[in-house]
Amino acid sequence: MKHSVARVVVLLLMAMTLPLVAQDLASFENRVTVRTLPNGLTVIILRRPEAPVFSFFTMVDTGSSQDPLSKTGLAHMMEHMAFKGTPDIGTTNYAEEKVALAKVEQAYAAYEAERIKRMDRDPQKLAQLQKEWQDAIAAADKFVIKNQFGEIVESHGGVGMNAFTTYDETGYLYSMPSNMIELWAAIESDRFANPVMREFYKERNVVMEERRMRTDSDPTGRLVEQFLGTAFAANPYHRPTIGYPSDLQSFSATDAENFFHRYYVPSNMVIALVGDLDPNTVMPIVEKYFGQLPTNPKPTELTTVEPPQNSVREVKMNDMAQPIYVEGYHRPSYLDPDDAVYDAITDIMSNGRTSRMYRSLVRDQKIAAAAAGFSGFPGTKYAHLFAFYGVPLPGHTNAEMQKAIQEQIQKLKTEDVSDEELQMFKTRTKADLIRGLASNQGLAQQLAIYQTRYGDWRELFRYLEKVDKVQKADIRRVANKVFTDSNRTVGSIETVSEPAAPAAKGGN
Amino acid sequence: MRATRVSFMLLFVVLLSVFASAQLTPWNKLTFPPLPAFQPQEPTRIQLANGMVIFLQPDHELPLISATAMVRGGSISEPAEKTGLVSLYGDVWRTGGTKAKTGDQMDDFLEARAAKIETSDGADSTSISLNCLKGDFDAVFEMYLDLLHNPDFRADKLELAKRQAYTGIARRNDEVSSIVGRESARLAYGKDNPFAREEEYATIAAVKREDLVAWHKQYTNPNNIIFGISGDFDPKEMEAKLRKAFEEWPKGPQAKDPDIKFAGAKPGYYFVLKSDVNQSSIAMVDLGIRRDNPDYFAVSVMNEIFGGGFSSRLFNNVRATKGLAYSVGGGVGSSFNHPGMTRIQMQTKSESTVSGIQALYEEIDLMHGKAPDSIELKRAKDQILNSFIFRFDTPGKVLREKMTYEFYHYPLDFLERYRGEIEKVTADQVQQVAR
Repeated sequence: MKHSVARVVVLLLMAMTLPLVAQDLASFENRVTVRTLPNGLTVIILRRPEAPVFSFFTMVDTGSSQDPLSKTGLAHMMEHMAFKGTPDIGTTNYAEEKVALAKVEQAYAAYEAERIKRMDRDPQKLAQLQKEWQDAIAAADKFVIKNQFGEIVESHGGVGMNAFTTYDETGYLYSMPSNMIELWAAIESDRFANPVMREFYKERNVVMEERRMRTDSDPTGRLVEQFLGTAFAANPYHRPTIGYPSDLQSFSATDAENFFHRYYVPSNMVIALVGDLDPNTVMPIVEKYFGQLPTNPKPTELTTVEPPQNSVREVKMNDMAQPIYVEGYHRPSYLDPDDAVYDAITDIMSNGRTSRMYRSLVRDQKIAAAAAGFSGFPGTKYAHLFAFYGVPLPGHTNAEMQKAIQEQIQKLKTEDVSDEELQMFKTRTKADLIRGLASNQGLAQQLAIYQTRYGDWRELFRYLEKVDKVQKADIRRVANKVFTDSNRTVGSIETVSEPAAPAAKGGN
Repeated sequence: MRATRVSFMLLFVVLLSVFASAQLTPWNKLTFPPLPAFQPQEPTRIQLANGMVIFLQPDHELPLISATAMVRGGSISEPAEKTGLVSLYGDVWRTGGTKAKTGDQMDDFLEARAAKIETSDGADSTSISLNCLKGDFDAVFEMYLDLLHNPDFRADKLELAKRQAYTGIARRNDEVSSIVGRESARLAYGKDNPFAREEEYATIAAVKREDLVAWHKQYTNPNNIIFGISGDFDPKEMEAKLRKAFEEWPKGPQAKDPDIKFAGAKPGYYFVLKSDVNQSSIAMVDLGIRRDNPDYFAVSVMNEIFGGGFSSRLFNNVRATKGLAYSVGGGVGSSFNHPGMTRIQMQTKSESTVSGIQALYEEIDLMHGKAPDSIELKRAKDQILNSFIFRFDTPGKVLREKMTYEFYHYPLDFLERYRGEIEKVTADQVQQVAR
């Protein structure tokens, strides 16, 4: 282990010819402490004493890909519920609240059983059951201290409190003054040891509003949902992370709790802390509080593999919005040995004003306002898509986008990229890595992600070795392998009628 | 000997962990050590004879250097019939290249070094910035100076920027958020107010290359510039470099703030119909305040109580309790040199539009009717004061604060004063400003 780390540093030294950078990375290595607790939780602490603050990132190696059938949106719902408190946070009387919450679940199960009947549903009975359910909610609500979790974080100086759910993972993050480390450990461990599913059905309404905002009322959101539903057949990437409306309307707090117990287990989680933290004092605090998380087996891996696509697929959306064009090609997961080659293609095709897509479609052909190709759609953990998009200028069409994109792909398949292009990719990747070292929050996220994905945070730096090995021939080889007709899914918005230009009307 | 020590250590660890697990302190019983004293590094301020102000902020953590020049004058000073001029200028200044090099040649040179030189535009300023590895600084800075002094605004890049602007206009009704943002500003400031007026096909088409050249000549002068640089450099050497680069630059016309009238919003209900969505986006808007208003501090506390963050009333009541919205928030807006925009907004399903509006009114009435209790007041102040460190936890943030105060002629210790003034805010003051 030591040997390979030294080798990384030496390689970087040679590659970058910037002794200072290498020194920084060597000192970086010395400032990192990693420990796996007896319950399986991995904790990384990086000391960065620039100011008396710290950031953390908790990564749960579970995302919407793990949503059970008919319960899409559950992983994301669980993320919302992680802000609702514990027996010690968010309640005036947990003993009584617990009883009340159990009644809510009973009442909901009865209501839901009636609601989903295909035949013989009794509207009167349904209304009665709905009322009983709502009354039970009102009774449980009496014990709630609203958003106490968030209030504790914010009133103790926490900033940037957030969480997100993707197809691949769920992440929790914020920053605090460094003297609050024990408070952080107490509430963050409590949140994942003893979550309480209070206010579940109101939060479900909140998530439905989130869906209306991000998907239903947004043309790009509508297209992406249709596009992924078409491009993937077997892998869960075909379903929306936010969930289908009917699933959101159906799943229960009990479902969320079951999901939590199955996936929020210490061996499935990594926490990275970065900032003014002395690991000698902080690690024992983390061990003390997070040691309370019960040991549980790591959830089984998803075994479904997307079968090869053998035909062009297309989704054409007639919409009021302006046209947009996208096409995607299946590629293997991030563990594929060619992962860095895909990154090279992304960089050369899309990074900035020197990129091929910009120069060809935007600058020279003057047909697009923006155009790019990128990997990692909609995730990277499983086989996913390399996608290209074009945003036509007024008066230009999706067909022109398709043609121009195809020309660029063809060029990638038949001609080597230039030395300058390849070198630019390598230089920029290294510089981006250095730039990323300046932020506690960014570093915490990177360390947690690489530790989770590769079992070792050092892969964040070792990745540069893979980047250095990318050759022109690799790019042609991969382009020829992946960018084929039968591996393509096309998506587009075609404008059906011009909406009247809205202006606010009214007064008094 | 060694084995004994190891097993002793093990035993100790085991004992410690058993002891520890029996002793999980609940969050509300914890006490905290004081935050270690932290003096953020202040940048050095230098004013040249030609009026240019320079801030130097060395930061040796990483081998990078970044610099920005804020230039007085922005879109509020452009003629109404050429709305969009400054937006085009902020783009073509960079893409149009210099007399010596096209923008494309600059792209090739910079991207090969993973370096950036970019220009941008705003309501009252434009800017030109650089970011590079320290080893490339001299070469990148030379190009930066060339662009600062000799931009060429080539016609092909102006055309490109215009095409982008036309696309923006063609697509501006696709998304609810862009409609509500635009219309909110027009209602709060008035549709012809420079802070709210919109680019149109005709106003973009009216902009000529000469307009960009003239703008540059009029505004981009040392006496209108605040230049800040941070990163891994020796301050003495850097100061000498910058003096050499900028001292000989002659003064030009002084930028003046335009005289803008703010009439205030005309009360009413205004509707925009959009048939392809299932959610209403609701915004209540009005003029806000300037930050040099003595009420600014009480307003900051009120905003925290009313609509800022996870523990605000709007979040608690409209989102968590009523489940009416995912996105809800807002407060009285503030800006440095003009009234900010007060905006309270939410998005809710079409059928609950009315109950959404009522829920917002309830919260506003409550804010008007009753001073916050001492717990709520303390919580809001704690939120501001305990997170205060995050306003200056990196040298770059400190530099940006100082440049901003310099730009708007605010006291350079405005941030320090802010902390003191927040501590003094009372519940009655909060209720007063709410009214």
